[in-house]
Amino acid sequence: MTITDLAALVEGAAIGTAEALAREAGGGYASDLLSDVMANARDGDAWITLQRHVNTVAVAQLRNLAAIVIVNGRQPEADVLERAAAHDVAIVTTALTAFDAAGRLYAAGLRGRGAS
Amino acid sequence: MTESAFVHAYEVAGADFVNAGRASTAIKETLKHMGLAPALIRRVAIAAYEAEMNAVMYATRATMTLRVTPAAVTIDVRDEGPGIPDLALAMQEGYSTATAEMREMGFGAGMGLPNIRRNTDALDIASQVGRGTTVMMTVRVS
Repeated sequence: MTITDLAALVEGAAIGTAEALAREAGGGYASDLLSDVMANARDGDAWITLQRHVNTVAVAQLRNLAAIVIVNGRQPEADVLERAAAHDVAIVTTALTAFDAAGRLYAAGLRGRGAS
Repeated sequence: MTESAFVHAYEVAGADFVNAGRASTAIKETLKHMGLAPALIRRVAIAAYEAEMNAVMYATRATMTLRVTPAAVTIDVRDEGPGIPDLALAMQEGYSTATAEMREMGFGAGMGLPNIRRNTDALDIASQVGRGTTVMMTVRVS
């Protein structure tokens, strides 16, 4: 699914360049620990988190993630959108909790890595 | 045999969380432009990021030196900082000396050094308490 489709599924807002929003998410990973995401996310994953600071963009860039999905109605800090746009990283914001956001995406066919 | 090498140094400022990760992302972009394999770039990116974040979190400043040869990618991270008193303890999964603020940002899970070890073919750490730490990482080009 594209990031635009993904945002609709979580009733959220998708923010990013046209290129970033058209990208396909191949799977998903949910975590608020940056090293955990570095270690265990896969290329093209949508990353569900409540972190909203600029360091998340570097993690998304380095791990080639499709989008950062910020949950619980939290809004990204000011420099996040600027940095994300400069590097074609899509940001999705949603009022849903991490559990509910992951559930919606799973129900729509997105999968995690399974047991590691 | 003469081996061609690409060498570049990146400066990292301690406690600068706004620019944290810039050196690692620059290194990743450089390796991409060189056409190295995605799997290798992924391993280097993870190791570089963890080492860079350690420098940002604990050191005053650091220099990351990237060296690329046909055989290997090496990154040396030389910092001026507090040093690591007990290296064996620091290497343990889950052990961290991060502050509450760092943990709130999602750092300090005690996964940094283990992540580096897992993604490198060679890892050497030299540390002097009160002086600084040098982390030397090698990922072989297979």
